[in-house]
Amino acid sequence: MSKEWPLWEVFIRSQHGLAHKHAGSLHAPDAAMAIRNARDVYTRRNEGVSIWVVRSADIVASSPGDREALFEPAQSKVYRHPTFFPMPDEVKHI
Amino acid sequence: MYAQMVDTGVRSVKDAAAMTPEEQAFQARIDADVKVEPKDWMPEHYRRTLIRQIQQHAHSEIVGMLPEGNWVTRAPTLKRKAILMAKIQDEGGHGLYLYSAAETLGVSRDDLIADLHAGRVKYSSIFNYPTLTWADIGAIGWLVDGAAIMNQVPLQRTSYGPYARAMVRICKEESFHQRQGYEIMMHLAQGTPEQKRMAQDALDRWWQPSLMMFGPPDADSVHSAQSMQWKIKLLSNDELRQRFVDQTVPQADYLGLTVPDPQLRWNAERGHYDFGPIDWREFYDVLKGNGPCNRDRIRTRVKAWEDGAWVREAAVAHAEKRAARKAA
Amino acid sequence: MPPDASLLDYLLRLADTDLVLAQRLGEWVGKGPVVEEDIASTNVGLDLLGQARMWYGYAGEVEARIAGTGRDEDAFAFRRDAHEFRNLLLVEQPNGDYADTLARQFLFDQWHLLLLRALSASADERVAGIAAKAAKEAAYHAERSADWVIRLGDGTDVSHARMQDAIDGLWMYTGEMFTAAPAGDPLAAAGIAVDPAMLKAPWDARVSAVLAEATLARPADGWMQKGGIAGVHTEHLGRLLAEMQFLQRAYPDAKW
Repeated sequence: MSKEWPLWEVFIRSQHGLAHKHAGSLHAPDAAMAIRNARDVYTRRNEGVSIWVVRSADIVASSPGDREALFEPAQSKVYRHPTFFPMPDEVKHI
Repeated sequence: MYAQMVDTGVRSVKDAAAMTPEEQAFQARIDADVKVEPKDWMPEHYRRTLIRQIQQHAHSEIVGMLPEGNWVTRAPTLKRKAILMAKIQDEGGHGLYLYSAAETLGVSRDDLIADLHAGRVKYSSIFNYPTLTWADIGAIGWLVDGAAIMNQVPLQRTSYGPYARAMVRICKEESFHQRQGYEIMMHLAQGTPEQKRMAQDALDRWWQPSLMMFGPPDADSVHSAQSMQWKIKLLSNDELRQRFVDQTVPQADYLGLTVPDPQLRWNAERGHYDFGPIDWREFYDVLKGNGPCNRDRIRTRVKAWEDGAWVREAAVAHAEKRAARKAA
Repeated sequence: MPPDASLLDYLLRLADTDLVLAQRLGEWVGKGPVVEEDIASTNVGLDLLGQARMWYGYAGEVEARIAGTGRDEDAFAFRRDAHEFRNLLLVEQPNGDYADTLARQFLFDQWHLLLLRALSASADERVAGIAAKAAKEAAYHAERSADWVIRLGDGTDVSHARMQDAIDGLWMYTGEMFTAAPAGDPLAAAGIAVDPAMLKAPWDARVSAVLAEATLARPADGWMQKGGIAGVHTEHLGRLLAEMQFLQRAYPDAKW
């Protein structure tokens, strides 16, 4: 009876200095091969300069049921955004 | 398309009144173009239909590697060989992305592959046709990938998040595939009389099967309405087929090749090409397993999978040993 | 042999070896043990094919220096018969099972990396440039195939037996990689080529270490097959070329 290779999530950092971004998933028997497979599967077109892999089973995600409790409170805090503070046209560089 | 005739498991589309409150909320989110994500509640039929559709699509990519793989070792120049290898490699990648998308719905890739090998799930009818000459590699890129793109571009907006994201990546990579096919055809069409004959012969053999890729006519397409309401199918079979014909005929004209359809003509009133009937009996037969290559394709896949079993098992065994040594 | 003729011959050895191995890897396309591996193995094939094209490109230029005109990459690849091919016998050996394929790759990659690193310091700038670029790719190949040999050698009983069998069977084709350059070879004297005998000790060290980690026995250096460099091949190359060259041979006037 064969055992399936575990699933890994792949995160790639592109050349432009942005944070690692989820690229997709793949199967690999362990982390070392997951990195190699990620290189061959997800960076064939110069997509990245750095790879993270993590076992899909190890990802902890927020629950969709908590969406309102988690995210709606932020909607009422508009003062966190610069557009909340109108500035006169004469005032520059602010 | 790559996923033809996906059974939704429903006989008729429910209207809002017949839906449970959960179903209503689900449909409302889809109508508002909010993506459905793996952990969200979804109707069981939606989940199962998606699994079926995504895996048909994935299997098509994987089986689709074979007809083109048939010419890798015989590609006529080193440049063509490299391009073809890279293209088939992309198709492997696309199969992989799609399997991953299906896996977010709670199935394992091994199970999906077992379904394919046992004939429980289909792949696109198109890959049951043989690649007899090098021109077929051109025709596949031009026509088959061209037809695939027609369907895949709208699927980037499909309601299921992981599927839509896989399609975005696939469409980005796929963009060179059709062009390389057309470029092969251009070289043949402008080549020796023998090459030109090869090109015409390929168009003759691939034209109808390409039109069949979009699936049966809308009138006979029982599951389309539900799939469209769920936004896992965005344009109808006939709509896509017409678009494909309209786009492809001028391309054939440019090559100086003749589309094998005596009834094909421009209809100025409709603003579309009219085209002749499609032999749907052939389509259903190929889907049933009676295409020229069904048996070979599945046998090749099963053999590859079985021959690879000891490799996959050994890799797991070694990983376990490594982990144990590290823990010790 | 005058220096340019020697150089042409040497470049064809490099190019043909890359091409024949790429062709073998092409046979696996769509049939690998798992799709991730299919993609990875094709990447190696594409690297080797790209390297072959670079070597053929330079070979054509060198041929033009000798003869006034030089052949292009496709003329070299598709219009020469087996006895004109200069590839190593090792790379023309059939794919066999996945252990055979990986063992062949492993034995080749470790040598290839050493060779390319040495050639990166060639007195011929073009050779040095191509080798330096190819060495980066080869470094990845060498690590990948070594890791697979370890995984399969130290995997299950079945994989261990298959990998040992593959290494044993291919061992007699490894001697050719280290055939010393003939005395007075102008390329070695000019610092253009590498004396292959110098690669033997580091190759041995690396291969032995990997085999040990893989719990595999290193075969004894017994009888070694040779002939590829002189154009005397195994039966396998003729069939490989017959398939590869079919279209160019059947339609000699066509452009593709």
